[in-house]
Amino acid sequence: MSDKKLTFKKRLHILKHHYRGKKMAPAFNALHTFLFAPDETTHNGSHVRAADDLKRTMNTVIMALVPVLLFSMFNAGYQHFSAINGFPQEFSLVNDFLTWDNFWIGIIKVLPLVVVSYGVGLLVEFIFAVIKGHEVEEGYLVTGMLVPLIVPIDTPLWMLSVAVVFGVVIGKEVFGGTGMNILNPALTIRAFLFFAYPTWMSGDKVWVYQAVERAGGPDAISGETILGYLAQNKGAEMSYSVSDMFFGFIPGSVGETSTFLILLGGLFLIFSKIASWRIMLSAVIGSLVMGLIFNGVVDQGWIGETSKFYGLMSFDFWQHLIVGGLAFGIVYMATDPVTGAQTNRGKWFYGFFIGFLSVMIRVFNPAYPEGVFLAILLMNVFAPTIDHYVVRGNVKRRLKRLKNATILPKDSAGKANELHAETA
Amino acid sequence: MALLTKKDASLITDPLADNNPITIQVLGICSALAITAELKASVVMAVSVLFVLAIGNVVISLMRNIIPSKIRIIVQLIVVATLVIIVDQVLKAFAYELSKTLSVFVGLIITNCIIMGRFEAFALANGPWKSFLDGIGNSLGYGLILIIVGFFRELLGSGTLFGYPVLGNPIEKTGLYSIGYENNGFMIIPPAALIVVGIIIWVQRSRNPALVEDN
Repeated sequence: MSDKKLTFKKRLHILKHHYRGKKMAPAFNALHTFLFAPDETTHNGSHVRAADDLKRTMNTVIMALVPVLLFSMFNAGYQHFSAINGFPQEFSLVNDFLTWDNFWIGIIKVLPLVVVSYGVGLLVEFIFAVIKGHEVEEGYLVTGMLVPLIVPIDTPLWMLSVAVVFGVVIGKEVFGGTGMNILNPALTIRAFLFFAYPTWMSGDKVWVYQAVERAGGPDAISGETILGYLAQNKGAEMSYSVSDMFFGFIPGSVGETSTFLILLGGLFLIFSKIASWRIMLSAVIGSLVMGLIFNGVVDQGWIGETSKFYGLMSFDFWQHLIVGGLAFGIVYMATDPVTGAQTNRGKWFYGFFIGFLSVMIRVFNPAYPEGVFLAILLMNVFAPTIDHYVVRGNVKRRLKRLKNATILPKDSAGKANELHAETA
Repeated sequence: MALLTKKDASLITDPLADNNPITIQVLGICSALAITAELKASVVMAVSVLFVLAIGNVVISLMRNIIPSKIRIIVQLIVVATLVIIVDQVLKAFAYELSKTLSVFVGLIITNCIIMGRFEAFALANGPWKSFLDGIGNSLGYGLILIIVGFFRELLGSGTLFGYPVLGNPIEKTGLYSIGYENNGFMIIPPAALIVVGIIIWVQRSRNPALVEDN
């Protein structure tokens, strides 16, 4: 091959060989493997050939997120113009929602969030790879897409950058990088933003583009979330129908609104066997159970209309699933294979408590009527404990079976006692 | 150095870095989390511990041969409690506002692990002069970390240092605040201190790998 016919891919190969063994090698390797399959193979030992490597897994999740992202870009504009002009009387998907004007707002507001999230996050990953001298890991690919989808649209970009640096360094790199983290990095970033800059993360001004700038002026606009309305016992003032909530034509964090598209993404992840259906199903059950308990408390008359919890407690139990971040959290965050429970039985507990606690925190959180990210982070911390007890339970059960077996080989009863003494 | 022999000097310098009570021995974390939201409180806390630990170490060291070992903890507690009450009363008399900020944490110097730790580990086995130096060294090491943590938490959390606004006025939007900067509310709450201390430990151990424990 003559020099003129060098492809981009070939050039990267050459560049990579040129930098082999040097300090910046991981950075060039990362650029290369991000775009192309590596040109070298391992030489010794036996290997399993499988198509679903880490990058493939990550890309599948990103594919499941793309519809949500596109919808959120249109919704950004739709909420902005509806806040100014009022919601359309006769809603038409094509004329009112899928318009260029709406999409343009998405481009100038949502896209920068995505770019900053990826730019800052990957920069941190590159720096750590170079310092530690290992290959850049794909771990940030999904996180970088999740982060812009779980923040309010008016989040200042510098705040997002600070939070991303914090989340990637403290949430992931200090534990040893991709696959070693205890907490979900995207939710760590969200939690940092929430505790560091609460005025930008809650209230009725941050969910709609320009609401902050216009506040206090003659053309002030606002967009309270549904949970915000309910927390102030103003549920009756809401003009959103159940189908608005389900399809996502409501204010909220960038990508959390459309339960319909999240559901499709969830089904896609289940059928591609990337995410655990056990966690999703048990989380849904958990939230329904907690919702039913609250509804029951209201039906019994223990909580009156004057109570500050009335709005959220009397909210129909199943509607908790279609407002706020619950659906998004269950499908894309709770199912994170690194931070979630690993055992099948453990996944049921893990998921159930995520749903259960999410709704509970949502109702009782005095500062902010949402709790999905807190519930998932809490269960992330408990996931290893859950797994530990599931494995222990399994060991015990099998030892018992071994002891009670009628036909025993000569010394297995003694062996079982020995084992039992060891585990106890 | 004429005043201190090399060995004596190391009693003061060791706890500042390679044997720091907070970052290496991981003692006295509770107060480091609780009172470091403001630099002023950190400094006062550091001075109070310096006073209690230096004097306490000398007193215990002087009594070390006559304390029955069975009741030595109680004797140590009485010594600390006396010194802490002196500090508490002085603060209440001359810096009342500050003593309200520090609230129970001055009283809780009694339970500060560093103090009992140094009594047990050093003062009971060494002479008064060495114990005095050891007390100074350890409380300086403790105070150093407290001041570093307090500096970052007050600067990032409130935009002030010792109460003086250094980044501008957040309400009138002057200085840094005019370009959209905001105080980081996370730095005000105690978990932030845990993370700042963690980062200090991280930096220290990557600079000196000999400090990393084997698993």
